[in-house]
Amino acid sequence: MTPAELARTRSVLICCGSGGVGKTTVAAAFALEAARMGRRACVVTIDPAKRLADALGLGSLSNTPARVDLSLTSGDTTGELWALMLDTKTTFDELVVRYAPSDQQAEGILQNRLYKNLSQALSGTQEYMAMEKLYELHSDSRFDLVVVDTPPTRNALDFLDAPRRLTRFLDNRIFRLLVMPTRAYLKAVTLATQAFLRTVSKVVGAEVVDDAVAFFQAFEGMEAGFRERAARVETLLSDPGTAFVVVASARKDTVIEAAYFIDRLSTSGFETANLVVNRLHPRFGQPGTAARLRAAGRDDALVTNLAQLEAVGEREEAHFAELAEAVAPAPVTRVPFLADDVHDLGGLEKVAAYLFAD
Amino acid sequence: MAGKGGVGKTTVSAAVARMASSVGMRTLVVEIEGKSGLSPLFGRSGSLSYSEAELLAPSDTEGGIRARTLTPDDALLDYLIDHGLKRVSRRLVSSGALDVVATAVPGLRDILVLGKVKSLEKGGEADLIVVDAPAAGHALTFLTSAKGLLDAFRVGPIRTQAAEVIGLLSDPARCQVMLVTLPEETPVNEMIETAFKIEDRVGVSLAPVVVNSIYPVLEGLIPAAASAALETDAGLAEAGRFRHARQQLQAAQMARLAEALPLPQLRLPYLFSTDLGPAEVDQLTAALAAGVRALPDRQGARP
Repeated sequence: MTPAELARTRSVLICCGSGGVGKTTVAAAFALEAARMGRRACVVTIDPAKRLADALGLGSLSNTPARVDLSLTSGDTTGELWALMLDTKTTFDELVVRYAPSDQQAEGILQNRLYKNLSQALSGTQEYMAMEKLYELHSDSRFDLVVVDTPPTRNALDFLDAPRRLTRFLDNRIFRLLVMPTRAYLKAVTLATQAFLRTVSKVVGAEVVDDAVAFFQAFEGMEAGFRERAARVETLLSDPGTAFVVVASARKDTVIEAAYFIDRLSTSGFETANLVVNRLHPRFGQPGTAARLRAAGRDDALVTNLAQLEAVGEREEAHFAELAEAVAPAPVTRVPFLADDVHDLGGLEKVAAYLFAD
Repeated sequence: MAGKGGVGKTTVSAAVARMASSVGMRTLVVEIEGKSGLSPLFGRSGSLSYSEAELLAPSDTEGGIRARTLTPDDALLDYLIDHGLKRVSRRLVSSGALDVVATAVPGLRDILVLGKVKSLEKGGEADLIVVDAPAAGHALTFLTSAKGLLDAFRVGPIRTQAAEVIGLLSDPARCQVMLVTLPEETPVNEMIETAFKIEDRVGVSLAPVVVNSIYPVLEGLIPAAASAALETDAGLAEAGRFRHARQQLQAAQMARLAEALPLPQLRLPYLFSTDLGPAEVDQLTAALAAGVRALPDRQGARP
């Protein structure tokens, strides 16, 4: 599907790719284009560059969508562009409050030390909260389209496993056993586990173990709600209205990663709807011009420059072809390396002009 | 080595390792994030693993380069084995119990990784260890973990570990952080921010910064591009203007960086290649060495 069709028809777009390929820019450009098509679009960014964040009105971290002023962009925009910068901790807090049977229990969890570390120290939490926020915004009748930029982690596809990872954490058997009444606890906790806990106490201190026990006690009865929510988030990911866009650049290392993403998405049952190849060097004039001019005896700086840019352009083209093959039959979209960096709505419009050219 | 994703941290790590090896230092590259594009840079296939692999053999002139991964999970497992929990360690990992402990003690994984780096250093099997750190945002948490744990624990093995790691981090003769960036707005901003935070919060000494992928200056290109309207080949003029515009932007970013961050810059050229291998690493190593030679003496003592 072309980017334009995706922006027009889908209700959720997930942009994934390795760090530094311009994922945030592409995600924001999708939302901007949808707004120009008359839709109400919200982009969820994880860690936007400061100037782009400022341009989107995200000067300070807020966990609720803010409307972006599009009056200075070209053309008549009948739709709406909203943007939000993910606040992992607040998103998690809201989830706890939602599922806690009482305010008191919610407070008990929010004050727990282990809980306070959870959003920073448990890997996958940021990814899970990004998906949680996506689910929440998708259910919000103010938006027709939610575009999400995935976190720049070591494995950019961690978000696929994140919901399951967290529920596994919350279901943790060893620590849940500690919550049980003493007799049952003694029977059920194996010697190995006891040895482990003793060592843990010795190594990290008894209070760490106490915090963990208190946390699982406070969480008692809430796992079911969390599990159900995680299942609904997973269902949303496989909804026909959801599409995955992989963003890559045409360098060998990022090509290898993009091919891995496409493969990994596909084994998880998700199709890549479009592959955006960003930062391609522009092509100049007819191929082989530099060689022709050199043969004709010219050897100045302009010719050397053209020869160098042609050489890199050709190599990128070869990688582009590899990517196109990896993602086929889904289409591949080119976005050139622009002469200047993207950090405002004007820059986003330039990117959008290439992304939605057809 | 620290820097935003996509700035070429791994490539620069390879060039630094290459340079150290060429002056006879036995060099070890440690990859924290597990996967890495390091092997192809030395013309090897396959990915790195927990056990060391030789990337460049030692010789009369070369100290040699070895590389390995050291993920937080590896470090945690090592630690358990060292503490007599080998038999149950696998099960503790698979049951997720370790996730709970590592979450209850933020920075535990990081301190174990740094602790392992420290013991590799103490072991003396390498003259230089190049640690390819996590992407910039996480690099800071990674480096501050020791301080946080030192405050949290009054006694015990974690405190000892943290104290030893701080000993390593705060000694400029043993450890320096090298930040890598591209001459572009966003990575430069991020580098400036990270540099100040690292100095303030971690107290680690900063090595000269590396600016990667700079378009080399072509003598005569700029005046030619300016008057290129006269060219009959449209592509020629357009390509000249493109390079000119990009170079101006890069120069402005490097000037901005120099103004905001009073550290010497080691500048590496863009090689007009999309597939970096040993030949490209050699070129970058030469550029790096030239940059290091040009540094004021105080900075030039170590690669």
